[in-house]
Formats: sequence, structure tokens, C-alpha cells
Amino acid sequence: MAREILEIPIIRIEPPKRWEALNLEELKNYRDLFFFLVWRDIKALYAQTVLGFAWAIINPLVQLVIFTIIFGKVAKIETDGIPYTLFTAVAIIPWTYMSGAMTSSAQSLVAGQNMLGKIYFPRLIFPITPVLAKLVDFSISLILLIGILIFYGVTPTLNLLLLPVFLLMMIAVPMTVGMWLSSLAIRFRDVRFAMGFAISMLMYSAPIVYSASAIPDEYRLIYAFNPIVGVIEGYRAVLLGSDIPWNYIVPGICVNVLLLVSGAIYFRRMERVIVDVI
Amino acid sequence: MRDQDWAIRVENLGKLYRLGTQDRAEENLVSAIVGALKSPLRNYRKYRSTYDFRDVEALGDDAIDAGDSGAFWALKDISFEVKQGEALGLIGSNGAGKSTLLKVLSRITPPTRGRAEIQGRLNSLLEVGTGFHPELTGRENVFLNGTILGMRRKEVEKKFDAIVDFSGVERFLDTPVKRYSSGMRVRLAFAVAAHLEPEVLIVDEVLAVGDAEFQRKCLDKMQEGGKSGQTVIFVSHSMPAISRLCDRVLLLKNGRVEMDGPTHDVVSAYLTNERPNSAQKQWPDRATAPGGEVARLCAVRLMSEDGAVSETFDIRRPVGVEIHYEVLKGGCSLMPTFSLWNDEGINICVAVDQDKQWRGRPRPPGHYVSTGWIPGNLLAEGVFSVNVTLWTMAPVRRVEFHETDVVAFQTLDTLDGDSARGDFQGNLPGLIRPMLRWTTATDTVRAANG
Repeated sequence: MAREILEIPIIRIEPPKRWEALNLEELKNYRDLFFFLVWRDIKALYAQTVLGFAWAIINPLVQLVIFTIIFGKVAKIETDGIPYTLFTAVAIIPWTYMSGAMTSSAQSLVAGQNMLGKIYFPRLIFPITPVLAKLVDFSISLILLIGILIFYGVTPTLNLLLLPVFLLMMIAVPMTVGMWLSSLAIRFRDVRFAMGFAISMLMYSAPIVYSASAIPDEYRLIYAFNPIVGVIEGYRAVLLGSDIPWNYIVPGICVNVLLLVSGAIYFRRMERVIVDVI
Repeated sequence: MRDQDWAIRVENLGKLYRLGTQDRAEENLVSAIVGALKSPLRNYRKYRSTYDFRDVEALGDDAIDAGDSGAFWALKDISFEVKQGEALGLIGSNGAGKSTLLKVLSRITPPTRGRAEIQGRLNSLLEVGTGFHPELTGRENVFLNGTILGMRRKEVEKKFDAIVDFSGVERFLDTPVKRYSSGMRVRLAFAVAAHLEPEVLIVDEVLAVGDAEFQRKCLDKMQEGGKSGQTVIFVSHSMPAISRLCDRVLLLKNGRVEMDGPTHDVVSAYLTNERPNSAQKQWPDRATAPGGEVARLCAVRLMSEDGAVSETFDIRRPVGVEIHYEVLKGGCSLMPTFSLWNDEGINICVAVDQDKQWRGRPRPPGHYVSTGWIPGNLLAEGVFSVNVTLWTMAPVRRVEFHETDVVAFQTLDTLDGDSARGDFQGNLPGLIRPMLRWTTATDTVRAANG
């Protein structure tokens, strides 16, 4: 009882400062809301579809077939001796997640603007929710990936233990994009249009349809600054048992952590004024 | 530990907003192209200007008050304290700053100046059913809405049966909300809101929806909360609801606290002084009249068909809204408009001058009277207030003056049987009451003839 009295919170409302510290404690207090918003996203996404969650498999599957035909059979892209379907499948599955999560995270504030003007909760919940919700699709699409791995007789190696690292990296990428772009997207609807071609540019900026070994040595470091490269190459190494390409992964992680933290600070700065900007 | 017995403390709170930003119309192709090339930069500045007020504040308060800065105080120098367990009412005419104050206290929008402190867990209800998703079932929406409003999942679970009971929709709990009638949706949303038990509750005009029976139930529930030591801030246009719930009332006017005192005193002062109950309003001094260098408002009058100024109208007869204004600078094409609001603060309509003679044409300086006629048999019975706005459409689009609650009138139905209520004598709800053309098709006529 005495404890409860001590815990009466005081909310202080003051004009926005230019930069404010992140309040992760508050975010933790709203974890139930997180849960239900993610739940809402998942349930609403496939409402009134015939195929439902099967879409989470069909989408990457179609892409896989197209890439195998165009880049594997017609263009005959060099894949270090790995069958093309296998080579690109381990990349398409995480990429489908990242591109989908990026797009909806960037649009999250626009989609939720009615709520923004009516109720307070940490605004950071908006860009993070779709990033978590899309993980359900990702998990389902893993079925496809596992099927392909078994079909090609790939045997798991100890590399697999590093999978959580690349999972986290994969989640951090769209979260970063969402934090930087969502508050901008609310004022500038241009973001939505730019997002479409930015996604396809990003896809070709990473070794998804081609092999990273095609990049000339002198450009490798610059190339590795793109965190998506690290994620894709990491997945490939972990699942196919090749050497872990740290030279791609370490710069990617550094860049990503930097952008994620600065994105969160930028978002924190914008979150209080978002409503006045709509 | 709770220090002192205050729940909300507000000190010199102020909030600036920009007036509608102007778009310059380009005069020739070259400047249009240059303008288009510069527009990303201009757009970015405009974007910043919506939240960055350092430029305005640098001009000083005098310039802002004089209206020279392109910004205005939606709230200024607001200070008050609410004791724990006290129910404070906020009243004021449209645009007085009530909603802005609630949004600042709810942390939806930040203040430009000053500070506020709230001691205890805070819930604000500016809308019912925030976040309701049509594809989710009633049950899921209760959990979603409850957590959005700040409850923990365990709390919702504990109160779930009470919520469902209160809403009266238990049979449809597992049906997606999109299949609900709008009434059912509102009841469910209210039920969630009514079961919040914060230490501090902020409620906007949400009780304006829902049927009378349900409103009463909600007011009862809120009163219960008051007895148990809950602190409440309540905004309403309904004086009976304010009188019933609040111990103390704050009257806001033009973003400032006009009066602060016991409910009865403030409400009666508001009803006698603040509400426009005259059928005309004049600004004899051009220098202080609303407007700027292009045009100034001179007077607004309500009149009947025979030209008499009146504040009471037969529901069957038209109401003329006359806007008198002086055009000081020629060459602008102007668009007079007015809007009608009922006593619950609902915007009934906005009327835009359609007069062909001046529509889209530049007006030379002089005195003008624009009159809009609200047809008879259109409005419901009740009290309506009028806002007037004069827009410049060209060469730049902007507002010359915008005055709220300028004049007000009442419509009466004499129950002669030829109004839209026909032979119905009881209380007839609805925002409008138009006279419809009715026809009847039947086969009995043919039978009688044959």
C-alpha cells in the first residue's frame, strides 16, 4: 500500500526542447498496447481474403520463380556454384520482410493520424508496430525457405547459431527507415511515391539477385556500408554454411546502429509536434 | 508521495498557431517556373513554420497581439489549479481555446510557452472508440480500445464483464464491429471509456453522441467517479451537463481565462453576457473592426423577409444573414461566407456567397452588403449562432476576417400543422427539419375507382 502511494506519477508538460532523451521506460509500460496493435495489424491484413496467410508464401514464391527464370536461366548470373533458386531464395525471404515492413512503417503515422489527434501514447509505437506485425508473414514464409533448403539437400552447420544476429539486423533495418521517414511522410505525401522506387533501388543495391563477389574489391567497403548487404550475405552464409563474410557485416551493423539511434532521437524530436504539422 | 492536494497545475500556458499560410499566385510563366523550382525549399520552410515559432516570438508579444506576425495565441497566460477530487468545467464559445487546452493537457500537442503538471494517472477522452477497427470483433476491440486509453491488459480482463454488461451488446461480442449498427458501436466504445479509473480524467464533448438514456447512464458513471476522489476536467456546450457535473467552471474567451469561479456564477454570466443573443452586431470604429487593409467588417444583422431585424424566427420563414463590410483596397475578388452552429456546438452548414454579379470579379472600394437567405422549413427548432468569414480568392487566397458567434437566433414552431413536423406534437430530434415532398402509392384507389 505504501509503495502505491509512492508511485503516483507526475506528468510534466512543457514546450518542446530541440532534443530530448529517449524514454524507453515509458515504452515498456505500453507493451500491452503494442501487443494489441500488432494483433490488429495481423488480423486486419488478411481479413476477407480467400487465401489468407497463404499470401505470405505466394508473394515470395512468385518472385522466386521470376528471378530464377530471368536472372538464373536467361541472364545466367554467376552464383559461386550455388543453384540459382537456392541462392536467391535465402535472400528473397528476408528482403520481402524488410521491404514490406519498411513501406508500412514509413506510412504508419499517416495511417494512424486520426488516432494521433485524439489520444496520447508514445508515438514510437506507430513505426515499430508494423515492423513487428510483419514478422508473422516472415515466419510463415520460412516454411517455403525450409522446403527449398530440404529440396536442395542443404545440411545445417554451426553457422546456424548466428541466425539471431541477422534476425535482429533484419528487424533493425525497416525500423530505422520507419523512424526517419514516418514523421516526414505525414507532411509530405511524396514519401509514399518515392518509397516505391526507393524499394526497388534498394533491392538492386544488395546482393539479392546477384552475388556480392561480383563487386570489385576497391568498392567493397562502400558497398558494405549498406546494412541490407550485411543482412543478405549473413543469411546466405548462415543458411548455406559458407564462411561468414564479416567484412560485409561489421560495417553494416555499425551504420545500422548509428542510423537507428539517430533515427530514434530524430523521431523523438518530431513526435511532439507531429500533430501540429498534419 | 503526493505533495499537496493538487491534481493539475497550469502556469502561464500559451500556444501559438499560424494563420492559414498564403500561396502567392504567379503572374507569368517564367516566375511560375522559378516558383515551382523553389517550391521544395518553400514547402520545407512552411513545414518548419508549423511547429517552429522562434521567428514569431522574436517579434514580441505586442506584434503577435496586433496580428502582424501571421500567428495568433490559441491559448495565452492560462493559469489555474485543480484540487484532487474536484470537477472542473470548461466553457466558452467556439474557438475560445477549450479543445486546444484539452489537447495540451492530454499531451497531444505541446504548448509554446508555460508549463502544466498533472499528478496521478491521466486518461483523456477526446473521442469515443479511438482505434476501433472494423475487422476486429467486439471483444478484440474492447481490449484494443482499453489499452489505447491507457489500461493494462489485466485491468481490461478484470472489468471485461462489467464493460460488456454496460454496453448491452453481449450477443454480438464475437461479431466483427463492421457489422454493428452505429448505435451499438458507440455504446461499446462508451462502455470501455466509462470503466476507466484514472486519478485524473479529461473529457471533451463526447457525451453529445448516443441516445439520451445512454448519456444519462454515462453522466451517472462520471458522477460516481467524482465521488470516489477522481479529478475531472469536462468540456461541454451543454450547460445542464456542466451544472450537474462540475463544482467549478473556467470560462475561456479568445484563448484566455475570462472567468474562474463556482459553476452557477460562471454559467449564468456566460449565458447572459457571452452568448450572442442579439440579432445584430456592429463595429462602428473602422480602425478596430475585424479585417485588414483589404476589407473591414462593419456589421452583421439577422432579418426576416419584411426587412425587420429579429432574433426569433418562425421555422417556416426564411432567415436573412446580412454581412456589411467596407472594401478599402480595390482589385480583389472576395467571397463572403457564413456558418451556422447549433447550441451543441455542431456545425450545421457553411454558406458561400453565390451572387453571379461579383463572383470571381475584383471589387472596387466601397460599402457592400452581402445577404444570404436560409430558407424556411430547413433548420430544426433551436438556437443557432453564426460565424462570418470573408475570403479573398485572388490575387492571393487568404482570410480577411473571421468572426465567431457574431449573431444568434432562435427558430420556433407554432404547431399550426403546416411545418415539417406535420401533425406530430412531441419532441422531434434531428439537426435539420426540411419539408419533404411526400407521395403515396396504393392499390386501394384503383379498387375504389373500379
